[in-house]
Amino acid sequence: MSSIGELRKIARRPRGTAGAASKSAYPDNKAGYLFLAPWLIGLVVFTIGPMLASLFLAFTDYNLLQPPEWSGLDNVARMMGDARLWNSLRVTLVYVLVSVPLQLALALAVAVLLDRGMRGLAFYRSVFYLPSLLGGSVAIAILWRQVFGKEGIVNGFLAWFGIEGPGWISHPDYALATIIILHVWTFGSPMVIFLAGLRQIPEMYYEAAQVDGAGRVRRFFSITFPLLTPIIFFNLVLQIIFAFQSFTQAYIVSGGTGGPSDSTMFFTLYLYKQAFTELNMGYASAMAWFLLVIIAGFTAFNFWLSKYWVFYDD
Amino acid sequence: MTALHDAPAITPPDEDLRTLRRGRRSPRDSARSVFKHIGLIILSIVMVYPLIWLVVSSLKPNDEIFTDLSIFSGNLTLDNYVYGWTSQQLPFSVFLGNSTLLVIGAIIGNLVSCSLAAYAFARLRFWGRNAYFAIMLGTIMLPFHVVLVPQFVIFRELGWLETFLPLIVPKFLALDAFFIFLMVQFIRGLPKEIFEAARIDGAGHARIFGQVTLPLMVPALATTAIFTFIWTWGDFFGPLIYLRTRENFPVSVALKGFVDAQSSSNYGAMFAMSVVSLIPLFLAFLLGQRYLVKGIATTGIK
Repeated sequence: MSSIGELRKIARRPRGTAGAASKSAYPDNKAGYLFLAPWLIGLVVFTIGPMLASLFLAFTDYNLLQPPEWSGLDNVARMMGDARLWNSLRVTLVYVLVSVPLQLALALAVAVLLDRGMRGLAFYRSVFYLPSLLGGSVAIAILWRQVFGKEGIVNGFLAWFGIEGPGWISHPDYALATIIILHVWTFGSPMVIFLAGLRQIPEMYYEAAQVDGAGRVRRFFSITFPLLTPIIFFNLVLQIIFAFQSFTQAYIVSGGTGGPSDSTMFFTLYLYKQAFTELNMGYASAMAWFLLVIIAGFTAFNFWLSKYWVFYDD
Repeated sequence: MTALHDAPAITPPDEDLRTLRRGRRSPRDSARSVFKHIGLIILSIVMVYPLIWLVVSSLKPNDEIFTDLSIFSGNLTLDNYVYGWTSQQLPFSVFLGNSTLLVIGAIIGNLVSCSLAAYAFARLRFWGRNAYFAIMLGTIMLPFHVVLVPQFVIFRELGWLETFLPLIVPKFLALDAFFIFLMVQFIRGLPKEIFEAARIDGAGHARIFGQVTLPLMVPALATTAIFTFIWTWGDFFGPLIYLRTRENFPVSVALKGFVDAQSSSNYGAMFAMSVVSLIPLFLAFLLGQRYLVKGIATTGIK
């Protein structure tokens, strides 16, 4: 069902006698390329071409106004010594490594709580899902600035218990946490995916386990979790890839500054600033490739790790 | 299985089995169920409280917004909406109009280009299909930052800055590959016999696509349209870099203006226009819930 499952299948498919295949193996060549034409044009013009161009620009000095000037590994050397870049990478890593597991754990826990056929299922599902639809919007990021403001809802709530909350957004120790909480708040979309996955587990497994005297906890760890691992893995890989690219929330919550003291300066925000404020387009391209390498590394590590915990039925 | 004896004569669909068993639950189970509902209701309140607070605050006079955090008290007024509508130098309707144009263009583009590609991937056998398909899946995971600068240069060279074209044309070239994947999955789920019958009747691929496949894949098209709507409406980064003059701003970038003008913060107006910007998303959510849930369950798109 998942795109990652598809990729695995393609990778596993035995390399047949493709070279020897007769012409009749491709009866729809003309129609196929005709239907695929828009996508193919887009792929060449807006993906592969720009990828090659940005790889080239990564080794140049380019400010949009003059033609790019070859600078060899200068951008790489500059990245090495750029403390703000390393800080932005650290901020992004903290964000990804904290918010993604938290969000998925909450999504899974709530999905397991929401039994099929339970009363109010549709209501709960809607209420939990709504924030993840709205969560990416500027309006919600603006709302978040107030929720965690000095006089916001959170501090108002803490005041009930006699606690004087800090100005979350304006304090470098807490500002990133507010964006992490915003991300966790949008746990609805992975939850819906988990709910769909739970439906695929045959009811009789649980009935058999119950007959054997397995308790709730045992049933979760012996049936639910193992059978759900492909879906958890799918969510984990995609959410990590997407979380690395988060931008809007950090931009709006910090008023476009990445502050206070660069504490919410995400890698993508720093890249945006380098490209479109400082017009360091070559440097920004180098940063983009660095980001790609990091994301690819994480994804590869995830796939490697999956051998040890993801359970495939097929 | 004994629970079935309590069931009405109609055969219950599979997913109702548990509900039926609930009919004879032990006191311990009921207690657990009550606790579960209490927990879920508390979580529901936590989840939607910020949204309700936003709506209520947008209806309060500016000086009362932060004095009490309750959502039940205070004088309600529409002043914030009246003021917010015009406080960004241009009436907010201009930004709403821009967002609408962007959304319509993006939806048409995605529907046309992605359905064509999906039909090719799902139903046609041509050289290199599997390789292209793998590339297509790969582009879903590719961070767009890698193509950001050259794309910007291309659009600048074409003289498309300050127009909606950089935000719409790529949709007509199926750059949102997620939707191709969603549609491929859907077409593969349709019974093969329909296509074979059409083939035998002598229909060409254009006919099979237009008259057989498209009508059958309305749910997938609806999912695509709704998600495109929601993402395009909320898109911030694209408009931020391609549109710099106010009359071209969509709602997302116009809202940013309220954050920029920190010195003269009018929170009420800012909240009011935030609510206005969320209303179309909320309506899309209400109308398209069925498709949204199905679409997200199939492919994991947000």
